[in-house]
Amino acid sequence: MLEIRELHKSYPIGGSSLHVLKGINLSVKDGEMVAIMGSSGSGKSTLLNIIGMLDEADSGEYILDDLPIKDLTEKKAAVYRNKFLGFIFQSFNLINYKTALENVALPLYYQGVNRKERQQQAMFHLGKVGLTDWAKHLPKELSGGQNQRVAIARALAANPKLLLADEPTGALDTKTSYEIMEFIQQLNDEGKTILMVTHEEDIANMCKRIVRLRDGVIMEDKKVTQVRAEHYV
Amino acid sequence: MFDLDLWREIFQSINKNKTRALLSGFTVAFAIMLFTILFGIANGLENTFEKFFVNTAENAITIRSGTTSKPYKGLQIGRLIRFDNKDLEFLNKEFGDELEYITPKLSRSYQLKYKNKKGQYTITGISPDHQYLEKAVIIKGRFINQKDVQNKDKVIAIGRLVEQDLFVKESALGKYIDLEGVVYKVVGVFSDNGGDSQERAIYTAYTTIQRLYLANDEISSITIGYNPKINTDQAFVLVQEITTKLKNRYDVAPNDQRAIRIGTQILQGKKRLENMTTGLGILIPIIGFGTLIAGILGISNIMIFIVKERTKEIGIRKALGASPRSIVSIILIESIIITAFAGYVGLLLGVGFLEAIGSSIERYWITNPSVSVSILYTATIVLVIAGAIAGFLPAKKASKIKPIIALRNG
Repeated sequence: MLEIRELHKSYPIGGSSLHVLKGINLSVKDGEMVAIMGSSGSGKSTLLNIIGMLDEADSGEYILDDLPIKDLTEKKAAVYRNKFLGFIFQSFNLINYKTALENVALPLYYQGVNRKERQQQAMFHLGKVGLTDWAKHLPKELSGGQNQRVAIARALAANPKLLLADEPTGALDTKTSYEIMEFIQQLNDEGKTILMVTHEEDIANMCKRIVRLRDGVIMEDKKVTQVRAEHYV
Repeated sequence: MFDLDLWREIFQSINKNKTRALLSGFTVAFAIMLFTILFGIANGLENTFEKFFVNTAENAITIRSGTTSKPYKGLQIGRLIRFDNKDLEFLNKEFGDELEYITPKLSRSYQLKYKNKKGQYTITGISPDHQYLEKAVIIKGRFINQKDVQNKDKVIAIGRLVEQDLFVKESALGKYIDLEGVVYKVVGVFSDNGGDSQERAIYTAYTTIQRLYLANDEISSITIGYNPKINTDQAFVLVQEITTKLKNRYDVAPNDQRAIRIGTQILQGKKRLENMTTGLGILIPIIGFGTLIAGILGISNIMIFIVKERTKEIGIRKALGASPRSIVSIILIESIIITAFAGYVGLLLGVGFLEAIGSSIERYWITNPSVSVSILYTATIVLVIAGAIAGFLPAKKASKIKPIIALRNG
C-alpha cells in the first residue's frame, strides 16, 4: 500500500536549515492501523504531511499504491489527494459556513459527483458516524466530538485508500477521544488502512502498530496488541 | 461552460459571509455613487454655461449712440449722435470679413388689432440677419427678407405668442393686422427659446419703419455678430477697432464713453465662462479619475483581506482535492459578482440622488445634473475589471499556498 525509502526533509530557518526528516524507511500494508509517535519536533507531523501530499520531500522515494509520488504538479496532487487520501485533523478543519452535510459532500464535489448523488452519499456517511439528525447544523452548533465525527465522515466520503489522522483526539476530552477512536477502529475493522499521528500512549495503543520517531529518524517500529476503545466507552 | 455547482458554491459563500460581501460591496457602491454624483454636478455646471447663451447668439454685440460727454475738435458737449443706413454700409465695407451678420434695430410700440382682439406690442424694424441673432425658428411662412427691405413692404413676422393671443385658433399666416391705422400682412410665425417676451416680438423691415414713421434713414442701434471663427480675444480687438472708426466718423473724442457705446459685457462674460469651462474641463476628468482610483484601491485592499481571511478555507479545499484553478475561479467570480452588483447599486443611488436634487439646485449654478449612461457603464466595467485584477493576484497566490501552511494558520 505504502512504501517510503530514505526520505529527507529540511526547512529553511533564517540563513540555515533545519533537518527534520533524516532518512525515513517505512512500509505499510493494506488494512494496517499505524500510530506515529514522537515528541514535538520529532518530525512526525512532517512525515504525515508528506504522506498526505500536503508537503513535499527533498529526496527519497514515496510510492503509494504502486504509484510513485514525485514532482507532482499542483493539479495532479489535488487529484491524488482527492482519490487516495482522507484527512482527519486535530482542529477538525471544517468549513465554518457550511452545514455538516455540505462539509461531508465537499470531497465528492471535487470528484465531480452530481449534486443529488453527493447529498445521498454524504447522508449515508453522516449516518455511519451517527449524526443523521445533525446534518443541517453548522460546525459552531456542534460539540468537538461531533465535529470530529463530521470530519471523519468527510474523510470517508471520497472512499479513500488511506486515512490520515493528525492528532485526531488532540482537541477532545478523554471520553470523547475514546468514542472517536472507537469509530476509527471500526473503520479499520472494515478494511481501511489508517495512519495516525499522536503523542498519547493510550491512543497509540489502540492501533495495531507503533512507529516511534526521534530527531527525524525511526527509533522503534513494533506491532502491538490492539486495545479496543469500546471497553472504555 | 456553465457550472451550476460552482455558482452554488459562490452564492453560498456570499450568502454566508454577508459582512465580508457587504464590506467590499459598500466600497464599490460608494465609489461609483461618488463618481456619479461628482460627475453629474460637474456636468450640471457645464449645462448652466451652455444655457447662458441659448437665447441670443453668442457672438452678438450691440452698438448704441448717445450724446457726447466731451468737447472735441471744437464741437460742443451734448451733441446727439444718430446712426443711419450709411453706417451699416460703412461697417459692412470696413469689417465685412470679420462680421457674420449686421442688423439695425428700430422699435415702436403700437396697439395691434385683429378682428375684435387688441393688444399693445412692440414692432421692431430689423434686417433679415436678425433671425440668426435671435436664433428665431420659423414655424410658418418665412422671416423678413432682403426683398422686404428693398421694397419697404408692410409685411411682418410675428412671434408664436402673438399668433396665440390675437388669432386664438386661426392661423395668422396671410392675415392682415391693423397697427393704429397701418395694415400689415403677416408673412411668418416664429418661435424663440429666449422666453415669452421674445415670442411676443413683431418684426418688419427696418426700411419700412423708416419710410412710414421717421421719414429719414436713422437707426437706434446696430447689432453685429462677429465671425464665430475668431476667438474672444480677437473679438475684443475687433470691438476696439469698430469703436475707434465710428468715433472718428462722428468726430467723437477717443475717451468719450457716452456718444458711442459698444456693450462688451457679453464678451467679458463669455471670456469668464471660457476660463471656467477650461477649468472644468481639467477638473472633471481629475474628479472622475480620482474617485475611480480610490475605488480601485479600496477593492484591492479588501480583496487582499478576503484572501487572507479565506486562507484556511482554501487549505481545507485543497486538502480535499480542489485544483488551483477552482480556487482561483471561486474567489475571482465572487469578487466580480460583488463588484458588479455593488457597482450597479452605487450607480442607481448616484443617479437617484441626482434625480432627487435635480432642479432644486439651479440657483447654485447647477442645471440638470446628469451623467451619460455610457460613462457610467464604462466606470462600472473599469471597477469590475479592477476588482477582478485586484482579486486575481491574491487568489493566484492563495492557490499556490501549500495546504499545510494554510491549515497551520489558525
